[in-house]
Amino acid sequence: MSAPDVAVTVSNLRRRYGERVVIDGLDLTIRKGEFVALLGESGCGKTTLLRALAGLDPVDGGHIDGPTQPAVVFQEHRLLPWAPLWRNVALGMETAVGRAKAEAALQEVGLAGREEDWPRNLSGGQAQRVALARALVREPRLLLLDEPFAALDALTRIKMQALIRELVARHRPGVLLVTHDVDEAVAIADRILVMRGGEIAASYLTDGINATALRGKLLRELGVESDSRAA
Amino acid sequence: MTMDLTDRRLLREPADPAPRRVANRELQLLALSWLAPVGILLIWEAASRAGLITAQVLPAPSSVARTAWNLISSGELPKHLGASLLRAVAGFAIGGTIGFILGVLVGFSRVAEALLDRSIQMIRAIPSLALLPLVIVWFGVDESGKIFLVSLAVLFPIYINTVLSIRQVDPKLLELARVTGLSRLETVRRIILPGAMPSILTGVRYSLATAWLAPVIAETIATTRGIGFLAMDAREFLQTNVIILTILIYAAIGVGPTVLPGIWNAVCWPGIQITRKGAANECA
Ligand SMILES: Nc1ncnc2c1ncn2[C@@H]1O[C@H](COP(=O)(O)OP(=O)(O)OP(=O)(O)O)[C@@H](O)[C@H]1O
Ligand SMILES: [Mg+2]
Repeated sequence: MSAPDVAVTVSNLRRRYGERVVIDGLDLTIRKGEFVALLGESGCGKTTLLRALAGLDPVDGGHIDGPTQPAVVFQEHRLLPWAPLWRNVALGMETAVGRAKAEAALQEVGLAGREEDWPRNLSGGQAQRVALARALVREPRLLLLDEPFAALDALTRIKMQALIRELVARHRPGVLLVTHDVDEAVAIADRILVMRGGEIAASYLTDGINATALRGKLLRELGVESDSRAA
Repeated sequence: MTMDLTDRRLLREPADPAPRRVANRELQLLALSWLAPVGILLIWEAASRAGLITAQVLPAPSSVARTAWNLISSGELPKHLGASLLRAVAGFAIGGTIGFILGVLVGFSRVAEALLDRSIQMIRAIPSLALLPLVIVWFGVDESGKIFLVSLAVLFPIYINTVLSIRQVDPKLLELARVTGLSRLETVRRIILPGAMPSILTGVRYSLATAWLAPVIAETIATTRGIGFLAMDAREFLQTNVIILTILIYAAIGVGPTVLPGIWNAVCWPGIQITRKGAANECA
């Protein structure tokens, strides 16, 4: 059994599609309450790793020691169009208690009083907040986020980052956030991982580190040599 | 399905900037959709009165209306109409239920598909007319044979639409079911059936029309009741008025089912309408 403050431990994970090995002996531990961001070039296997952790895809080797039911927020909100918001949030636990929890969760993401409203009446950011409420209402030990803000505009994205930071501080799940945005990772995470060659190639703690310097290092890790914005 | 009407009205209002204007436009479009049928009736009447059409070939609408009135007051028309409607309703209920159950089985289980689908498709290929002699041998000439034929005709559209709608449920939502830990039963109830509903309703609408038209053939089996019989009988005696009347009745009632699922959809599944526009439009 894993230690009580560990959200998930991955050891020597392997995953391939046909002949192509996408994840090759990957090790990773996320503690409860720890916010981990995962960066990496497009196609390097970030989604593959996250889906393996979510139990959505089988693995070809290694070990995942974590909760059987981590919560997932996908890039799209995946709300059920035929269910009012509270039923979307409480999906699978639509009891009186479930409803009360769903209402509380909706309030936490700034959508108090919209329990009976329909997904079609929401903006993109609001819908993504409902998806977040749906994940958090389950009080997960591990929260998996695959580019949940990618489709949002810059302003909404900043607000969402602050919101998610606050909610994670309160509920203390272990978090794995896949993102393309180095600034987002630096702003939001406790630890930043860079994935390359099917494993974790680098790991940086953000605490007490100069953000600009860290940003430069990460961009170099990702193979971006000249940083136009720093120039 | 889950809310009462007042709740829904509360929710719709803020989302809809000018409900009255929208309602007016809907009304105008509704009026427009009746323009052609009513216009044709008027032209037809005028042409008959002007003597451009011989009454023997095509009697005037007013003359057909008089015939209708006579048949109604004598109790003839209600009797035939009632008999036909009863067959349609009974056949729809039986065929629809069986089609839906088979559709659910085959939709969910590849084993059931392997076991049942080929046979169902083969039975589907048999024209009702070819079955008719066998039906008479099996059921004689009473009601059950006619209801059997209607049920058979209704079964397939419901079956096919149910199977397809279950197979076409968004795989992303099925993934969601897995990560939220829904049981198999909850997945069906919360995700697959509501997602399949617009397409199933398309099948229902189509089958209702089929249920109403199928008795035409069924009623050629020795019978003395039904709109189909009325038409056959009128043909024997060259009563053009009655022939036209039965055609108009088929047309009028055939339109009915096309609005039913639309109403049902609006009342039962308010969330589906806009987000699943394509599918919902098919039913509306
Ligand atoms: N179902 C699949 N079948 C075959 N190959 C796949 C499949 N899914 C992903 N791949 C391959 O696995 C590799 C990793 O894909 P993955 O989606 O994990 O990348 P990613 O890091 O999430 O990329 P992005 O940042 O663009 O989302 C890619 O090269 C991709 O082509
Ligand atoms: Mg990805």
